Amino acid sequence: MELSSCSCRAMGQAAVDEDMLKVADEVVAKYRDKPGPLIQVLHEIQVRLGYLPREVLVRVAEGLGVPLSDVSGAVTFYGLFSLKPKGRHTISVCMGTACYVRGSDRIIERLEKDLKVKVGDTTQDGKFSLQVVRCVGACGLAPVVTVDNDVYARVKPEGIPAILNRYDGEAERTQDGRARAVHS
Amino acid sequence: MQQYRAHVLVCGGTGCVSSGCHAVKEALLEGLKTHDLADEVLVVKTGCMGPCDMGPLIVVYPEGVLYRQLTPESALRIVEEHLLKGRVVEDLVYRTENLKPVPVLEEISFFSRQTRIALRNTGLIDPESIEEYIARDGYLALARVLQQGDPEAVIAEVKKSGLRGRGGGGFPTGLKWEFTARAPGQPKYLVCNADEGDPGAFMDRSILEGDPHSVLEAMAIAGFAVGANQGYVYVRAEYPLAVQRLSVAIEQARRYGTLGSNIFGTGFDFDVEIRVGAGAFVCGEETALLASIEGKRGEPRPRPPFPATEGLWGKPTLINNVETFANIPPIILGGGESFASIGAEKSKGTKVFALAGKIRNTGLVEVPMGITLREIIYDIGGGIPDGKKFKAAQIGGPSGGCIPAPCLDVPVDYESMAELGTMMGSGGLVIMDEDTCMVDVAKFFIEFCKDESCGKCAPCRIGVKRMLETLERITTGEGREGDLELLEELGQQIKDSALCGLGQTAPNPVLSTIRYFREEYEAHVRDKCCPAKVCKALLEYRILADVCVGCGACKKACPVGAIMGERRQPHEINTAVCTRCGACVEACRFDAIVR
Ligand SMILES: Cc1cc2nc3c(=O)[nH]c(=O)nc-3n(C[C@H](O)[C@H](O)[C@H](O)COP(=O)(O)O)c2cc1C
Ligand code: SF4
Ligand code: FES
Repeated sequence: MELSSCSCRAMGQAAVDEDMLKVADEVVAKYRDKPGPLIQVLHEIQVRLGYLPREVLVRVAEGLGVPLSDVSGAVTFYGLFSLKPKGRHTISVCMGTACYVRGSDRIIERLEKDLKVKVGDTTQDGKFSLQVVRCVGACGLAPVVTVDNDVYARVKPEGIPAILNRYDGEAERTQDGRARAVHS
Repeated sequence: MQQYRAHVLVCGGTGCVSSGCHAVKEALLEGLKTHDLADEVLVVKTGCMGPCDMGPLIVVYPEGVLYRQLTPESALRIVEEHLLKGRVVEDLVYRTENLKPVPVLEEISFFSRQTRIALRNTGLIDPESIEEYIARDGYLALARVLQQGDPEAVIAEVKKSGLRGRGGGGFPTGLKWEFTARAPGQPKYLVCNADEGDPGAFMDRSILEGDPHSVLEAMAIAGFAVGANQGYVYVRAEYPLAVQRLSVAIEQARRYGTLGSNIFGTGFDFDVEIRVGAGAFVCGEETALLASIEGKRGEPRPRPPFPATEGLWGKPTLINNVETFANIPPIILGGGESFASIGAEKSKGTKVFALAGKIRNTGLVEVPMGITLREIIYDIGGGIPDGKKFKAAQIGGPSGGCIPAPCLDVPVDYESMAELGTMMGSGGLVIMDEDTCMVDVAKFFIEFCKDESCGKCAPCRIGVKRMLETLERITTGEGREGDLELLEELGQQIKDSALCGLGQTAPNPVLSTIRYFREEYEAHVRDKCCPAKVCKALLEYRILADVCVGCGACKKACPVGAIMGERRQPHEINTAVCTRCGACVEACRFDAIVR
């Protein structure tokens, strides 16, 4: 299935990088014969690796036979793709119209204060990444915060600590793109 | 098929999922088992029923009684009272403003004023069951169309219906189908635009999550009409549940032979694939969307050529919105004329709106075109909560504008909205009350457009940024005489010269708020004051000495130590240190702090 066994044993590259390249090869092989595969390939690799390291992008470009500039052009164009590793949990605060009108800026302030990070960054311990999204489609229950695939509605700044506490310990990150747990 | 004496529909829309409908459903199933009713009562999880703020909610049939804001415990009471003994649990049903209980769904004004065509099945059937869709005349329209075998007749029917695109532009759907059908070139493609970028709109999401087969059936019909055999649904990545439900539906349709090769044995082949977006608003624009499906950066290109002649991979491509498609099967079954009898002169049929913001009943409503905003906001939406005054309705998202109170009686249709300087858009309707600052709202939308501009053309990339900078100046007390005129002139130029719809409409929220709320802008510019008390830099927090009891709660809450005062003595705020975060206002139980 692989295009080639991994030959890039550049100095200092850990085994995990080889695994990552293997993932890239697998995904490329799966989509290569479909029309316009690039975005789908990047999606699936990001789901499996959590982000898109540079070496992986090089591998994708080679595998699909497209210039690296096309690949990096697409990665930087779309907000969803990340070149940096993310935290174990991604907190997304909705800044859509409905949520904004109902005060989501105050939730961001509170999260930035509690987590000691700015929007777009990851906490020191690598646990949470904080980002802003534009509407998750639950506008009727604004303001909305999602953590990975869990949706929290009518969030108040005071309610933030309770939400964060749920991700102590066991709760493992699911990245399969499905709606997961439920919270009342 | 097994007969049940009662059906319980549990709303499983995204809103209700986040308010805990799974636990309610589990409790219902558990309770039914305990009371040996599992064979008599069927529990079905549906898509979004509409009134999101009532969730988690269930409807019990045959009576049609709606129970709202349930917990697992109250769900058990419904099993014991209603399902076992046949008694309606009064304290769990909907109540009007003056507390009159209204148990039956059809009598609740939120529902009784609606006309459901696009949402005909949403909230009524299990979206993961093709059988339930078929039981509601699903795939009958496709069967009829394929049996008749006359693509032109299909197009004629859609033209007769007067249906116009629900994705924002309002282009006549039948005409678009005709252009695509007549365009030379093979193969042809079909695309369903489910990118739903307007922040504040969720109707397409609810249709995909609640009735995915209606979109698939319509796509197959459209494919037959224009001569396409491959369709794509482009869904935004923020909608994982929609992607999942749609995938299930595609699998089922292939198994049942309503998608795939030789559908209904008529020799017509049609299949659908899902493409997931990657977080770029501009990809809702049709040419950008096509570029994205082709695996490229989602940058728009000039039109013409329109996708109908040169679309996906340079081939003729029909692109329609989710809600547009959802209207197709009823048009085929009921006839174009009957559809055209609903709605306004030039805007036929219904429109789904997503009601959100400062309004009592939030959620999804489908109403005939031509209804007034007042009816939507007050009769269906229940008005503004907390005794506040209505200020404006934002319609059309980042491309639209704000409609002020004096225009509440204008009918909602494509033309009237354009006259008011806004647009119908995709159906986001965000209600704002007196606590909303219109300059701040305008800034919010311009910032959105600045973030989402793809950067391909200068008017949008640079002009929108300049508009944002000007608004930022105004909201931080640095506004200058002439700023409003500058915004108006720049806005008009961007509208006239930007390449795609994003840039061409980006100034709308600013221009429409200047048009209707000029005094509010002037207060910011001239008096350095924000009448709605939103723009932080223009506020000054003060403690009312005669109300303050000196409890010290504010002092503790202040993150920067700006509050001074002895216990039991009136406190004071040092405005030089105060960051205007508002923490003290929330901490004060005596309303002693004012801005
Ligand atoms: C910036 C921009 C964003 C758009 N976003 C959407 C969208 O999210 N969904 C949609 O259906 N149409 C969107 N449109 C309109 C599409 O370009 C296109 O007109 C529409 O999908 C055609 O379908 P319809 O005729 O059924 O409305 C957008 C247009 C622009 C300019
Ligand atoms: S108007 Fe804006 S979004 Fe559209 S092409 Fe120009 S820069 Fe891109
Ligand atoms: S605006 Fe926040 S969910 Fe739609």
